Amino acid sequence: MSISTSTDITTSSVSAEHAHHGHPDHRLFGVVLFLIAEGMIFLGLFSAFLIYRSMLPVWPPEGTPELETLLPGINSIILISSSFVMHQGQAAIKKNDVAGLRLWFGLTALMGAIFLAGQLYEYFHLEFGLTTNLFASSFYVLTGFHGLHVTVGLLLILCVLWRAQRPNHYSSESHFGVEAAELYWHFVDVVWVILFILVYLL
Amino acid sequence: MTEAISTTKQRKWQDYFTFCTDHKVIGIQYLVSSFFFYFIGGIFAEIMRTELATPDPDVVSPELYNQLLTLHGTIMIFLWIVPAAAGFANYLIPLMVGAEDMAFPRLNALAFWINPPAGVLLLSSFFVGAPQSGWTSYPPLSLLSGKWGEEFWILSILLIGTSSILGAINFVTTILKMRIPEMDIHSMPLFCWAMLASSALALLSTPVLAAALVLLSFDLIVGTSFFNPAGGGDPIVYQHLFWFYSHPAVYIMILPFFGIISEVLPVHSRKPIFGYRAIAYSSLAISFLGLIVWAHHMFTSGTPGWLRMFFMATTMLIAVPTGIKIFSWCATLWGGKLNLNTSLLFGIGFVSSFLIGGLSGVMIASVPFDIHVHDTYFIVAHFHYVLFGGSVLGLYAGVYHWFPKMTGRMVNETLGKIHFAMSFIGLNITFLPMHELGLMGMNRRIALYDIEFQPLNLIATIGSYILAASTIPFIINVIWSLNKGKQAERNPWRALTLEWQTSSPPAIENFSETPVLWSGPYEYGIDSEPRDSDSIRDLLAEVASEG
Repeated sequence: MSISTSTDITTSSVSAEHAHHGHPDHRLFGVVLFLIAEGMIFLGLFSAFLIYRSMLPVWPPEGTPELETLLPGINSIILISSSFVMHQGQAAIKKNDVAGLRLWFGLTALMGAIFLAGQLYEYFHLEFGLTTNLFASSFYVLTGFHGLHVTVGLLLILCVLWRAQRPNHYSSESHFGVEAAELYWHFVDVVWVILFILVYLL
Repeated sequence: MTEAISTTKQRKWQDYFTFCTDHKVIGIQYLVSSFFFYFIGGIFAEIMRTELATPDPDVVSPELYNQLLTLHGTIMIFLWIVPAAAGFANYLIPLMVGAEDMAFPRLNALAFWINPPAGVLLLSSFFVGAPQSGWTSYPPLSLLSGKWGEEFWILSILLIGTSSILGAINFVTTILKMRIPEMDIHSMPLFCWAMLASSALALLSTPVLAAALVLLSFDLIVGTSFFNPAGGGDPIVYQHLFWFYSHPAVYIMILPFFGIISEVLPVHSRKPIFGYRAIAYSSLAISFLGLIVWAHHMFTSGTPGWLRMFFMATTMLIAVPTGIKIFSWCATLWGGKLNLNTSLLFGIGFVSSFLIGGLSGVMIASVPFDIHVHDTYFIVAHFHYVLFGGSVLGLYAGVYHWFPKMTGRMVNETLGKIHFAMSFIGLNITFLPMHELGLMGMNRRIALYDIEFQPLNLIATIGSYILAASTIPFIINVIWSLNKGKQAERNPWRALTLEWQTSSPPAIENFSETPVLWSGPYEYGIDSEPRDSDSIRDLLAEVASEG
C-alpha cells in the first residue's frame, strides 16, 4: 500500500513537470503556434489599415501633418540590428558561454529600450492625436500595439538575464528560455518591418 | 507548486475546484461549468420564447429582450458549446493518443481558469446595463446602446478568445507530438482529426476577432472612429473582421462533434467506420474552406456582386466535405448490428437534424434566396438546427458514450431515452416552424411582431418548454447514476480506442503501463472472435508468461 502511494505522488508530480524530464520538449513548437496566432492579430489590423487606405481618396486624409521618417528610420535600424545582436547570445549559450549570453542579451535589451524611448519621443512630438482622423487612429493603434509587443519582448529578455545569473540555469543543451525569447523578438522585428513600410513609407 | 497532489488513486471532489493540471480534471471542469452556463443561457431563451408567445411585449420590456437575446447568443456560443467541446478534447485527447497528460498542463489549467471570470464578467454587465446589440455587436448599433455593458461584453469575449487560443495550442501539440510511437497519424481516432482541424481554425481566426474587438473598444471608450461612420469610419470593416472569426467559429463549434459522432457510430453499430481517410481529410477541407466563406453573412451589406459570387461558390463548396461525412456516417450505420442505446440515438438524431441545418445552409448560401430571408427567422431556424440539432445532440451523444469512462458508472438507459425523445421532439417543434416564419417575413431579434405570426410562434414556444423539460430527466439521470449507477467496467462498449484500455475512471497517470496499439481504432466485427482490448491484454499477458 505504501509503495503504491509513493509511486502515485511521483507520477503526478512528474506529470506537472514533465516538460522538463524524460519527454521530448515541445515547448518551442508551442511558441511557434502562439506566434502564428499573434501574427493573425497583426494581419487583422493591417487589413483594416489597408481597407481604410483604399477607401479614402487621399491618404493620409487632407490636413494630416506629415510623418517625420528620420527618427523612426534610425529606430528601425536599431531594432532590426538588435535581432542579429540577440542571435549572438544564442550562439554563445550553444557553446556554454553564459557570460557571452548575458553580454549580447544585455545589449539587445538596451537597443529595445532605445527603440521604445524613440517611439515615445515621437508620440510626444506628433501634431495629431489619437482621435484626429482615421489615419491618426490607425497610426497610434498599430504602433502602440507593436510597442506593447516590444515591451513584452524586453521583459522576456530581462527574465532571461535574471535567470542567467543562477549557476547552470542555461547550458548548451537546455536553453529553451533563450530560444523562446529570441523567437519572439524576431517576430516583433518582422512585424515592425511590415508596419514601417505600410505606415511610414507607402 | 499549485498542482493538487493526490495520494489516492482517485480524485477528490475538492480537486475540481483547484488549479489542477490533470487534463481529466480540467476536462470535467470545462464540461460542468459549460453545463452551468447552458442552464443560464437556456433560462434566457425560455424568457424570450415566453415573450414571443404573444405579439405584444408584455412579459419583458423590449430593452430587456434585447439584452437577453444578446447574452443568450453569447453564452450559448462562447460559454457553452466552445468550452464543452474543449472539455471533451481535454478529457479525451491524451487518453486517445496514449499520453499521460497534455503537452502543456499548466497552460491548460490557465486556459480553463480564464473562463469562469469571463462568464461572471459577462453576466455582471446586467449591473451596468447589459449589451443590446446582439452577439454580433455590429457598430454603429453597439456604439450607441450602453457603453459599459458593451465594454464588459468585449472584455469577456477577449478573455474567452485567449482561453480558446491557449487551448488550441495544447490540442495541436498533443495530437501531433504526443502520440505513442506505434500510432501514426492515420491510425489516430477521428476525434483527434476533428480537434486538429478545429484547433487550427481557432488559432487562425480567433486573433482576428481580437483585433476587431480592440478597435471597437477604442471607438467605444476613447472616441476613435474606426467603425463609426459619423467620424469617417466604416462599419463594414468590422463586419469583415468579425465574420473572419465568427464564421469559422461555426466550424469550431461543430467539428469537435463531428469527431464525437465518428467515435460513437462505429462502436455502437459494431462496424468499421466507413471512409476513415475521407472523414479525416474532409475535416481539414472544412477548416480550409471555412476560412474563405465569411462574407456570405454580408450579402446584404453592400458587398459587390463579384465578391458575392465568390463567397456564394465557396460556401456551397463546403457542402461537399460535409456531405462526405454524412454519407460516411450513414454507410457506417448501414447493415450494422445497431445497439440502440441513448448514445447511438443521440448520434442518429445528430446526423438527421444536422442534415436539415446543413441543407438550409446551402439554400441561404445562394445570394438571391439569402437576400429574401436575411435577418428573418429562417436564419434562426438554420443555425439552431446546426448548433442545437448538431452540436448539442452530438454533445449529449458524447456525454452518454463517455460517462462510464469519466465517472466509472453506467447511465440509466430508460431515463436517457426519455431525455433523447423529449430533446428530439422539442427541437423539431421549436425550430421547424421558424423556417416558415422566416419565409413569411418575420424579423429576428425583435420582441414584438405582427399578429399573423402568432400561431407558429406559439407552437415554437411550446416546443421550447419541451426542450426545457427534457433537461430534467438528464439531470436526474446524472445525479442518480453517479450515486447508484451500475459500476462500469474498463470497456463496457467493447470499443477499440485507447481510452478504453485503462480503468473507468482512469487512474491519475492515465495508463499504468504504456498502452498497446494492437489494431486500428475502428476494426469492429472483422473477426468472428469477440476481440476487445481486455482480451488482447490477457492474451499478451499469457504469451509473456509462457515465454
